Amino acid sequence: MLCDRCQKRPAQVHFTQVINNTKKQMSLCTVCAAEMQAESMAAFPQLNLHDFLAGLINHHFTGNQLQTKAIPQVSCEKCGATEAQVAKSGLFGCSECYSQFGQRVKPLLKRIHGSSRHTGKVPRRTGGKAIITKEIRILKGQLQEAINQEEFEKAARLRDRIKELEQQLQ
Amino acid sequence: MSLKETVSNPYSKWLDASGPESDVIISSRVRIARNLVGYPFPHLLGYDNADKIIYAVQSAILSSTIQKAVGELELSRMTELSPTERQILVEKHLISPDMLEHPEKRAVVLSTNEVVGIMVNEEDHLRIQCLLPGLQLKECWELANSVDDGLEQILDFAFTEEMGYLTSCPTNVGTGLRASVMLHLPALVMTQQINSILTTLSKLGLTVRGLYGEGTQATGNLFQVSNQVTLGLTEDEIIDNLIMVAMQLVTQERAARRALYKEQKYQIEDRVWRAYGLLKYARTITSMDAMNLLSDLRLGVDLNIIPNIPRGLVMELIVMTRPAFLNKLKGEELNPAQRDIYRATLIREKLNSLSS
Ligand SMILES: [Zn+2]
Ligand SMILES: [Zn+2]
Repeated sequence: MLCDRCQKRPAQVHFTQVINNTKKQMSLCTVCAAEMQAESMAAFPQLNLHDFLAGLINHHFTGNQLQTKAIPQVSCEKCGATEAQVAKSGLFGCSECYSQFGQRVKPLLKRIHGSSRHTGKVPRRTGGKAIITKEIRILKGQLQEAINQEEFEKAARLRDRIKELEQQLQ
Repeated sequence: MSLKETVSNPYSKWLDASGPESDVIISSRVRIARNLVGYPFPHLLGYDNADKIIYAVQSAILSSTIQKAVGELELSRMTELSPTERQILVEKHLISPDMLEHPEKRAVVLSTNEVVGIMVNEEDHLRIQCLLPGLQLKECWELANSVDDGLEQILDFAFTEEMGYLTSCPTNVGTGLRASVMLHLPALVMTQQINSILTTLSKLGLTVRGLYGEGTQATGNLFQVSNQVTLGLTEDEIIDNLIMVAMQLVTQERAARRALYKEQKYQIEDRVWRAYGLLKYARTITSMDAMNLLSDLRLGVDLNIIPNIPRGLVMELIVMTRPAFLNKLKGEELNPAQRDIYRATLIREKLNSLSS
């Protein structure tokens, strides 16, 4: 396989970049990999300090400091943690907080990670729908690959399997 | 080896210098954060609930999946360990310093070879970690993953399809995975390339810390590089990215060592031999001095300037001469001046026993 960037040297390293929630996978030669590393500066937000994080949560939860209108304070029904507490400590009170604090959580995660969607491991016993969704995502990748390679028989098989799984989800 | 014995032994598997790329990479570590459904996160956890979680983990580690993958695991409540023993676990990097607070709510699980551990009720209910010598991030992840698989058969972990594993701090959400490598980078520090490299790394979504966290300065030229992003990437992607970066650092450090040794042969040799001389004959030595001199000694070993010193010994000495360890070895609480004397004695004895 040749390097995705220069198309000259053999690809030796696989590099994943997340920019604005889109993921880019590249196979690069060592020369291009080194250059890419320097170029991809500022692709990720830098968050080292807990305090800084708390400030960020505060911003997401209470909105602009200049806003004078009082915003109703939400607290988690499960653990009782208030937004103010979460903002102060930088820590959520329980796993339910993530859904209890609603619309404010997603932009926060996006800010921290450059993404708000999990693509990793799914617990086998309790993962339920997530396991199927993940399998569909993997099969879709393989389908694209099969189409690129013009392996149409394989592509058809994959497409049928994806349909089957999608029906299971409904 | 029981957990109590583990604590008294300065030697850890991760100090073994036989791992891949071990001339530069001291160790690899993977940590995954997991939380149980239905309990507040540890910082809001009462004693009763903390107890329930410890019991749940205690029964879950008996899983045959886990035993098959990593062997037997042993759980100890922090209160069952003396304050010195707790501090030693920190110095051996087996638990975080945070575990020392609220010991009545916390427990630690270790495999007999110290490779796999679980911190219970630290920032998250469970932090499964795996520590191996050299560059072995993939192996670490596989081990931690199989422990997670085993626990998951019994424990209900907080997970949503969209956000993945839910953690106390939003910076760990998603995979809950923090992978890191500990590197010895004396030549990059000496050639003053380190700062620009570290800046670049932090801009790549990686965190760099000096080891033992004494201020921002990296004592002993030891650095820890870890991923910052845990959501939106798969575990394999996170691991692969870090391996790639670690290998770049290895390449650059090796090149810097070669260049230094070629251009400043006598200065480097002098520095190494002076460090050796000081370590071998000094009668009192501070913790900071010891780490910096041991770093020079290790460079000398890696460049073959000093023959006959096992690589692992240098790291063992670094761990052994940390304050709590000295107290443990001496069997009494030493004041700083007494520690400096005892530290010098121990190093001297170790090095002299080699040359005879
Ligand atoms: Zn290229
Ligand atoms: Zn809550």
